[in-house]
Amino acid sequence: MSDSTVVGLHHEEQHRPEKLHHFAEPEQQRDAASFGMWIFLATEVMFFGGLFLAYLIYRRLYFPDFGAASKSINATLGATNTAVLICSSLTVVLAIWGAQTARRSLMIGSLVLTMLFGLVFLGIKGVEYKDKFDEHHVPGASFSFDHVPIPSHPDQYANPRHAEIFFALYFIMTGLHALHMVIGLGIFTWLLFMAWKGRFTPEYHTPLEVGGLYWHFVDIVWIYLFPLLYLIDRHP
Amino acid sequence: MADHSKSSPLRTYFGVWIALLVGTFVTYEAAFIDLGRYNAIVALTIATIKALIVALFFMHLRHAHERLLKLVVIATVFFLFILIALSMADYGTRDMPVAPAAFAILRWS
Repeated sequence: MSDSTVVGLHHEEQHRPEKLHHFAEPEQQRDAASFGMWIFLATEVMFFGGLFLAYLIYRRLYFPDFGAASKSINATLGATNTAVLICSSLTVVLAIWGAQTARRSLMIGSLVLTMLFGLVFLGIKGVEYKDKFDEHHVPGASFSFDHVPIPSHPDQYANPRHAEIFFALYFIMTGLHALHMVIGLGIFTWLLFMAWKGRFTPEYHTPLEVGGLYWHFVDIVWIYLFPLLYLIDRHP
Repeated sequence: MADHSKSSPLRTYFGVWIALLVGTFVTYEAAFIDLGRYNAIVALTIATIKALIVALFFMHLRHAHERLLKLVVIATVFFLFILIALSMADYGTRDMPVAPAAFAILRWS
């Protein structure tokens, strides 16, 4: 590298403090940040993967009871929540596109919409949890699941102990997912603040991209949770 | 990423969005139709396609050129696959929890 290149770099750094010294190019810095998030998402896949495996094992073992338990949760609310998260993923990519094309209003508006969709999702989840609480389907001392017919064999009743396993998995998996949503809302609050302060330009909007990756991952987890938990044995 | 044409990303994003909503609707409706053992397969296939288009287009994997990144993503899916496939093969070939006749009636009726 010639002297003039080194001097040029220092001049840029005075204008753009986010360019870090140990990267040769802004592209490389951005790719490294994105790669770091993907590595983290790989660990998250394993995190949720273990729970999905536990679910699959017990569903295979106690399919009729799981069918009865699944029928008692609201599939319409679940489908609505799926649509809500899908819309939120769209607004995330729109926010990034807004940053890429220097459309500040679109970027900020999309970030706000993303967070609103996230809050709607959590609100619907709260409604579902309350329903389960009211019906005594929360695992523990007050759990009861007596005389609930098995969907494909209405003359047989589901085993309450097996149904309790379904609900334990339901609350743990959707609860962990909801926790990730809450963390995502925290991240996006910070992103919204930075966007509002004008920190993002077409050249630099890496935090948006990285935060977006996280949000899309949380969406993908729900894309699998919805059919597995809500739609086990719905046909009469 | 800013090198790609400005108009096509928007069309792609909205196309993916519509596809995701359609997939959700089909999954929901198909659940109420009796397809036997194919209910789960249909639902999970649609879910996998949805996850794939989110990863490819929303998470920009489609335009990722770094081989290391592609390796990490493929390895992640691969390890998840091993986790589930080998564990289910284990449980699937164990003793049945109840007598075989009762188990067969429970599983395949």
